[in-house]
Amino acid sequence: MQESTDILEVGVWRGDVTGGQLVSYQVPRQSSQTILDVVTWIQRELDPGLSYRFSCRVGMCGSCAMMVNGIPRWTCRTHVQKVVQDNRLTIEPMRNMPVIKDLVSNMDEFFAKWKLAEGQFHGRKTRYDPIEPLLPDSPRRLAASAAIECINCGICYASCDVVSWNPAYLGPAALNRAWSLVNDERDIGQQSRLNAIAADAGCHNCHSHANCATYCPNELNPTASIAGLKRLAARAAFAGKI
Amino acid sequence: MSGFRLYLLQRITAMIMAPLVILHLGVMIFAIQGGLDSAEILSRTQGSFFWGTSYGLFVLAVSIHAAIGIRVVLFEWASFRGVLLNIISWLVFVVLITMGARAVYAVVA
Ligand code: SF4
Ligand code: SF4
Ligand code: FES
Repeated sequence: MQESTDILEVGVWRGDVTGGQLVSYQVPRQSSQTILDVVTWIQRELDPGLSYRFSCRVGMCGSCAMMVNGIPRWTCRTHVQKVVQDNRLTIEPMRNMPVIKDLVSNMDEFFAKWKLAEGQFHGRKTRYDPIEPLLPDSPRRLAASAAIECINCGICYASCDVVSWNPAYLGPAALNRAWSLVNDERDIGQQSRLNAIAADAGCHNCHSHANCATYCPNELNPTASIAGLKRLAARAAFAGKI
Repeated sequence: MSGFRLYLLQRITAMIMAPLVILHLGVMIFAIQGGLDSAEILSRTQGSFFWGTSYGLFVLAVSIHAAIGIRVVLFEWASFRGVLLNIISWLVFVVLITMGARAVYAVVA
């Protein structure tokens, strides 16, 4: 591969809850290098005190998200070549989440909102009941499938301006999860889910500006899922159910 | 009123406004063809139940729609919350409906 220069200028945010700043590092450029490779190289070769989070390195676990040149990305699957600007990279912890240390953000609230949005499955059967048949091409199953491949990376949440303006807003990931369960025919918790998604922090706060859908690394479309929730909640309101 | 109901009300008022705007523009373009002055317009609108109701409804829809919209902007961009947010939203509504009602009164009564 043809490289423009051999050394990358990398600004990495260092600090903790009390504050921090960008620290510059020079990192040798390599072919097929990912952002996660860059961060790992800095920790191994320059500063073992650098904190960051990753696990699978193949885009499965959702733990490696960071802001790269201002945009939230899954760093294990983001090639330097794709995002580098003038041989420079800026790597920061996720937007819309408090930082713990360096590139590690605190995702407690992000996951708490999954629960608030009734993102848990409410089943009606026990292990002794026969398995319920679900037609793979039924409309609800297809709608659920479109929303189901979420890896909980928080990238959509970091990209959402409404979350930054209204920190209570449940956000795209939790609402997308709620939408996949709305379409789960086996779920018996639909009324409580309806109440949750139409509560003050709920789906109607979304401005449909689709940052979430633009940056979701798994190409999910939370904007469309939330539009589905809005229609559902509107119908429920007219029917007097919420 | 809950946030979701305000959201719904804003959508409903938008649906009321859209055809009324089209009606307003359509009639204006149609009526202006042969040249028209204000006296002629007033002669048609004054005492008209139809125009009074149409513009009255439009003014009501606009006032509700805009007050809710500005409420969201103030909430998100200016961090207004609670009672203050409600007071300002009601004020916006009252100002708009007063101005609009005066205008409707002026052309219909
Ligand atoms: S579409 Fe809605 S959820 Fe997605 S980024 Fe925009 S406001 Fe947030
Ligand atoms: S919807 Fe996409 S961006 Fe959001 S948490 Fe799931 S995988 Fe990540
Ligand atoms: S390390 Fe698992 S998704 Fe990146």
